[in-house]
Amino acid sequence: MDRRETLKSLLVGSLATGLALNSCSTLDNKKRVTDTEIKGYGRTKEEEKRDKRILSEEFLNAHELATLAVLIDIILPPIAHHPSTGEAAVVDFVDFIVKDIPKHQLPIRGGIMWLDNRSNKRFNIAFKSIEEKQRKELCDEIAFPDVKTPELQIGIKFFNLMRNLTLTGYYTSEAGMKTLGYLGNQPNIWDGVPEDVLKSHGLSYEPEWLVKCIDQSKRNDIAKWDENGDIVYST
Amino acid sequence: MQIKENPKEYDVIIVGSGAGGGMATNRLASAGLKIALVEAGPYFDPANPEQRTQLRWPWESPRRGASSVRPFGDFDSAYGGWEIEGEPYTQKNGTKFDWFRSRMLGGRTNHWGRISLRFGPLDFKRKDIDGLGENWPIGYEDVKPYYDKLDKLLGVFGSKEKIYNEPDGIFLPAPKPRLHELYYIKAARKAGLPVIPSRLSILTQRINTDRGVCFYCQQCARGCSVHADFSSGTCLIFPAQKSGGKIDLYTDAMVREVVVNKHGKATGISYVDKKDRKEYSLKGKLVILAASACGSARILLNSKSTKYENGLGNSSGLVGKYLHDSTGTSRMAFVPHLMNRKIYNEDGVGGLHVYTPWWKNNVKDKLDFPRGYHIELWGGMSMPSYGFGFGVNEMNKYVGQRVGGYGEQLHKDVKRYYGSMIGLAGRGECISRIDNYCEIDDEVVDEWGIPVLKFHYSWSDHERLQSKHMHDTFEEVYDAMGAQVIGEKPGIEKDYGLLNPGRIIHEVGTTRMGVNAKTSVTNSFGQLHDVPNVFVLDGGPFVSQADKNPTWTIMALAWRASDYIIDELKKQNI
Repeated sequence: MDRRETLKSLLVGSLATGLALNSCSTLDNKKRVTDTEIKGYGRTKEEEKRDKRILSEEFLNAHELATLAVLIDIILPPIAHHPSTGEAAVVDFVDFIVKDIPKHQLPIRGGIMWLDNRSNKRFNIAFKSIEEKQRKELCDEIAFPDVKTPELQIGIKFFNLMRNLTLTGYYTSEAGMKTLGYLGNQPNIWDGVPEDVLKSHGLSYEPEWLVKCIDQSKRNDIAKWDENGDIVYST
Repeated sequence: MQIKENPKEYDVIIVGSGAGGGMATNRLASAGLKIALVEAGPYFDPANPEQRTQLRWPWESPRRGASSVRPFGDFDSAYGGWEIEGEPYTQKNGTKFDWFRSRMLGGRTNHWGRISLRFGPLDFKRKDIDGLGENWPIGYEDVKPYYDKLDKLLGVFGSKEKIYNEPDGIFLPAPKPRLHELYYIKAARKAGLPVIPSRLSILTQRINTDRGVCFYCQQCARGCSVHADFSSGTCLIFPAQKSGGKIDLYTDAMVREVVVNKHGKATGISYVDKKDRKEYSLKGKLVILAASACGSARILLNSKSTKYENGLGNSSGLVGKYLHDSTGTSRMAFVPHLMNRKIYNEDGVGGLHVYTPWWKNNVKDKLDFPRGYHIELWGGMSMPSYGFGFGVNEMNKYVGQRVGGYGEQLHKDVKRYYGSMIGLAGRGECISRIDNYCEIDDEVVDEWGIPVLKFHYSWSDHERLQSKHMHDTFEEVYDAMGAQVIGEKPGIEKDYGLLNPGRIIHEVGTTRMGVNAKTSVTNSFGQLHDVPNVFVLDGGPFVSQADKNPTWTIMALAWRASDYIIDELKKQNI
């Protein structure tokens, strides 16, 4: 059984034993970054090799991935009109990024152990297997950086890192970015801030500034200048 | 193993295909010269689907564009960076200089900010004003005709402003400011700073039928697949090839040294082919080094012979000396007015649509530092990539809410703060000094067996106090904007926030020009005083770097030198 299968069975297993995962959305998605061939994205040969090497390596084990999947769904739980963290393949992103940016490895591995230890002491079972209410109890202690209790600082740092990676993983995924409503990264013609936006900010373009700006109806005319270096138009 | 000699003799061998090498190739090819263009990296065309990064999405990269491989992220076009495997450099006496190299056709022009500023009349003669550094042997009037020709050949947008030391060019119309730029204009004026349209070599209007016109994706740093921004490969080398230039391109060729005969005249170069790791040599009547200021200094210093024991062109001992990079520091802020934005496409061109040129007079304004700086800015609703959502609701502390948490609220936080950050950066002039330099490290070679550079560089109070002034200015502007400045203002213990030298990637000065062969390395045409058939046409011959990005001046000087070379060849002087 490969690691993916192990992860799946662990999650399903926990369901089967009645420790219901509130949202096992990470199971929904079959297309994982690590399972599919990465298509070219303008890599050099060396970079391609590096990607392949990282993909073939393993760092996080099945238990760690399962724990992160639970934590990621606590940070961004499934809600209406938002793709799940599973659709956004956030666990796979974290799995990859700790291999790509090794400075994350120790804080995440150690953080998981810290959280399991806390869960074991209080509930006599690892974090991923406790009930939702108990999970929230543990997370509430470490979700806010203004808490200064010394023995919680490691957990707070760990939770902060996981919140960062979860949000990045989510909003840089194809599914997650749709949620943001981002409209760029496509050919278009920039002709200034929309009028209603200007108005709502109490701003406007000054006429003396606008005369320095491109008349977009002329953008395809081949530029010509007069002897003063001023651009001239035939019409 | 022997060095394989290519039997062909070239009129010119050009080392490096960036701004200077590309310009020399373009001009000398149009004069019909037979050219060998030698580049240490691979062929590159941003239109090549295999190499294209433009218009890609973050999820196409498994690291979502993080900078673990390329220093400006996966989609930046630069092959290389401050660290290149197998090509190290070293530091001297605990000082620090970070050397950025792009190994690819077009060099660093592929990813640069396209900020195309002319040096002004004062910039060539600053010593006359403050007694520091050295004057250039030429003035603005010598370079102006070439700036004019450059603007027309390559295209740069901007506006006529009639500011004495910020000479106007022959411009294309500018793009309209974005929302955060309108906020900046208002705030900067309130703080007493001028703001004008930026000057970038991006085609807001078509200039010929070969190149496309900008389609506003904000991704010039990725290289443009329709060649609507300037890079040396797409705008100088490809057109020269297309119009029948006699150019043999040698890529992945790492130049070791300039070869000289017993009379001390250069006869060609030797290089290592990175693909087969074998040594080759090329013969040429003329050698032009344009391998970057430090790259060319390294080649000269490594070109030792019985005739030139200290390296080629180095009778003055000044090759590698007077190295200087722009000063740079930045600060970001949160603009509450920009919360909860309506989302629309505001990508615009790659980089800033407006900027603040240097506006003070050091003497009249009684400033405690020499020379000036300009202010660049960023902001807006840009495309998410690795790092997006980090500290998602840090700004809660400014609106009276708790930072942190989890759950549905985080989605709302992402949206409410999206596009509400703005950043200001100062880029200033550093005084060139003889004790800031690179030299050959006798103990370390790169993987091609070529001795590497060792750097020695420190900032002085001139630069520190300038950086302090930048931060004071940033805060004044942010105050006027009603913005919350993020983080601590850097104090003296942090050199007032100055980045390491080399970080702004404007390093120049290592083969400085002058009239006197004892105090300079080249004449005003980049021609070595010691060896007339060797030229340096990158940033090396700069005497001082102004607070302007050097690319436009590198090219103007390379064009001027190319005209001189053609003329001298006709007269049979070289």
